[in-house]
Amino acid sequence: MPQIDDIARQLASKFSVCGADYIEAHFEDRVASHITYRGKNLEGLGKSASIGGNIRALINGGWGFVSFNSFDNLDNQIKIALEGARLAGNNPSIRLADIPKAIAKIDSTCKDNPVQIPLKQKKELLEGYNAIMWQKPQLQTSIIVYGDSCKKSMFVNSSGSLILQERCDVTLNIAAVASDGNQIQQASISVGSLGEFSAIQQLDEQIKEIAERASELLAAPQAKGGEHTVILDPVLAGVFVHEAFGHLSEADFIYENDKMRELMVLGKQFGRPELNIVDGALIPGLRGSYQYDDEGTPASKTYLIKDGILTSRLHSRETAAKMNEKPTGNARAVDYRHAPIVRMTNTYIEPGESSFEEMLSEIKDGIYARNWYGGTTSMEMFTFSAGEAYSIKNGKIGHLLRPVVLSGNVFQTLQNIDAIGNDLEMNQGGGCGKGNQYPLPVSNGSPHIRLQKCLIGGK
Amino acid sequence: MSDLAIEILSKATAVAPAAEVFITQSENTPVIFEANRLKGIQNKEGRTIALRILKDGRVGFASSNKLDNLDWLVQTAVETSQFGAPADYNLAVQSTFPTVDSYDPGVEQINLSQMVETGQQMINYLLAHTPELVCDAHLNRHKSTVIVVNSEGLTASYTRSAFSLDVEGTLISGTDMLFVGDGENSCHPIVDTQRILESIRLQLERSKTLTTTKSDKMPVIFSPNGVASALVSPLFAAFNGKLVLEGASPLEGKLGLAMFDEKIELYDDATVPFRPSSSPFDDEGTPCQCLSLIKDCAPQNFLYDLKTAAQAQKKSTGHGIRGGGLPVPSAKAFVFRCGKTSPDDMIADIKEGLFIEQVMGATQGNILGGDFSGNILLGYKIQNGRLVGRVKDTMVFGNVYELLKNATAIGSDGRWVGSNFFAPSFYFPALSVSSK
Repeated sequence: MPQIDDIARQLASKFSVCGADYIEAHFEDRVASHITYRGKNLEGLGKSASIGGNIRALINGGWGFVSFNSFDNLDNQIKIALEGARLAGNNPSIRLADIPKAIAKIDSTCKDNPVQIPLKQKKELLEGYNAIMWQKPQLQTSIIVYGDSCKKSMFVNSSGSLILQERCDVTLNIAAVASDGNQIQQASISVGSLGEFSAIQQLDEQIKEIAERASELLAAPQAKGGEHTVILDPVLAGVFVHEAFGHLSEADFIYENDKMRELMVLGKQFGRPELNIVDGALIPGLRGSYQYDDEGTPASKTYLIKDGILTSRLHSRETAAKMNEKPTGNARAVDYRHAPIVRMTNTYIEPGESSFEEMLSEIKDGIYARNWYGGTTSMEMFTFSAGEAYSIKNGKIGHLLRPVVLSGNVFQTLQNIDAIGNDLEMNQGGGCGKGNQYPLPVSNGSPHIRLQKCLIGGK
Repeated sequence: MSDLAIEILSKATAVAPAAEVFITQSENTPVIFEANRLKGIQNKEGRTIALRILKDGRVGFASSNKLDNLDWLVQTAVETSQFGAPADYNLAVQSTFPTVDSYDPGVEQINLSQMVETGQQMINYLLAHTPELVCDAHLNRHKSTVIVVNSEGLTASYTRSAFSLDVEGTLISGTDMLFVGDGENSCHPIVDTQRILESIRLQLERSKTLTTTKSDKMPVIFSPNGVASALVSPLFAAFNGKLVLEGASPLEGKLGLAMFDEKIELYDDATVPFRPSSSPFDDEGTPCQCLSLIKDCAPQNFLYDLKTAAQAQKKSTGHGIRGGGLPVPSAKAFVFRCGKTSPDDMIADIKEGLFIEQVMGATQGNILGGDFSGNILLGYKIQNGRLVGRVKDTMVFGNVYELLKNATAIGSDGRWVGSNFFAPSFYFPALSVSSK
């Protein structure tokens, strides 16, 4: 995007004289393609291209923000951003944490731009997967949603930073829906990558499995509601750590609320000494990976919980300054239409020492919950839902159960993790939503974990 | 904008026998309060241009927001049509649209200072009631224009104004977090904030005491918010003509068959004047309507776009909605008809049960089958006909179709929740509750 480079450089000179305490701009140029199948038929296939930018200004603690598709009258856009900031400015004590000035050009890490891969090749792969699912007689329908994108973005601010980044993304969601005439059950798989198309190839076995599971669920009983001892598989435990603790570590929920600050004081014991929870965009090659966040802060790897103790949290420049902590490079915007807010990147529970078999052998009566439908949080309480569940009886995995929704209270549940597996896996199929910004590419992961007294909704 | 649409259409029809151009242009001006204080003022312009062509028996699709690269749009639509889905339907022909008022020039005249003042007044009112409350508020002024033109001669456009107000409060005590909130939206300016404030004040009053409930089946009342958070997602899916066609809706083959309580009436109504969910036509130029979905105990109709209607040998019901790609069937605005019972009378009728305002996580299960399960984020215990305190660490579990077979009473208190759902309170005789 040559013109955008020029525009951004011109802006840099205007920023220095505009009178804002701080001002920044983002520009992006994105191409994407998508393919959808419903049942045996191709439903939709298309390509899109978008271009846009935003300007964000801080005056006297107030933020003004404009986003636009047209670069014709940027002087006017700056003016609107400054007016908004002036009108909102009411708190001169607000400042931004210092970060080093950055001049960088970062290319995409993926070998081939996924958008450029011929549509024919993508269709053949997806049709192969669909054919595998349709070998199951009880399959009622199948849903395949494939998407890829390549985004070039530029960031420039009044401190002299100029960062060009290119990143690609690939996601594939496949659901098998089975019916016996009375009931409908489904099973699904979500995978993704930082642009590598190979991440969605060679999934034949997993896809066969979801088609089988969808039909098996038709005959499965419902779990009994109440408190259970539960083992979560790495995929579901990853959703659990994201929902149950990750969101609570986002400092924008905490920094302006004195009671929250007391509740989330660093040094507080949150789990047993074996529990370590990490978030970090610096971990390479995952969907939540990058080198600079959307405020130009270098990415980091942050221990949220170390040895069971709250040690750090996720910050933007504003939240870090307010709390006198280091910026962690977690200010992210889903696209140019939004201002950056504090978000997770790659979030996981570090592996422990238990084997899955050990965890299982100690349970007389419990539930093994696997895979995910989704999850959400209100900070204190969270819910997350498993794609499948099995009863555990006398240390052995028993019969299949209907998908369950699990819920808990973060201040109790992390203490109730009494075993952490040695088999960390990262899942890259999810997208995170917060403040109308969805789906933000993130990854999350965990080894198998065991939870005591986990509340499950059921009959 | 119409000139642009016609220019693209003429380029597209030069290379394809049938083509359709869809353009939206929008402007949003949010005013954001965080932690009781004005935090930011934003102005967001947005544009989408989408081109669908039918060529050599296949559908091609491209979208962009670039004005200077119309040839890319046409070339890409042609390129994708080589691999696209079969063109087994026709584009919409010009027809008479219903009159649906959706634009009030008064919204554009609201200035930023007025929005700031309204937001601050609302927060001040709540802080006067509960000084420890930490409030976020979001006010938004919106204007958008939608244009559809196609090679069948269709030319259609409408402009919408909208204004919305949302306030949320958090109250922390020890490790307990209470979340209260409410909001409203309209195509008119919202001048009266009293209903929202009164609703949040009532939530705070009713949550003053924390209590516990047993794990059992018990009678429950869902407030309009509660209905939206727990019961609606399965119905949005079940009436979708595409899921019906695929046999993935539990309502497939059940049109006209009794399966709901006779008191329940549901419509999809895109014609309510001055509602942000209303419009004269859908995203592919088919007229919108008020469509009966549940009446006389039975499902009455399903929602169709052009493509799904052609596959099912039906007519589009005006529910072709775009979410970035090609249109798919989707609800415009679900409206449950109000009943005659006040929520107070419902509460008075229950010896032991729950009044549920918000369920968290209920939309994350097997919604196709109608199952829902979630944590009660805001709800109160009913004992001997009175609300006796807030419950937490409590989950509900049920199936929407089991529940809607038998409603004890339907409320007289219907209201809009979010932009596309209208419901009164619902009172059901029994729902599974699990509590710590």
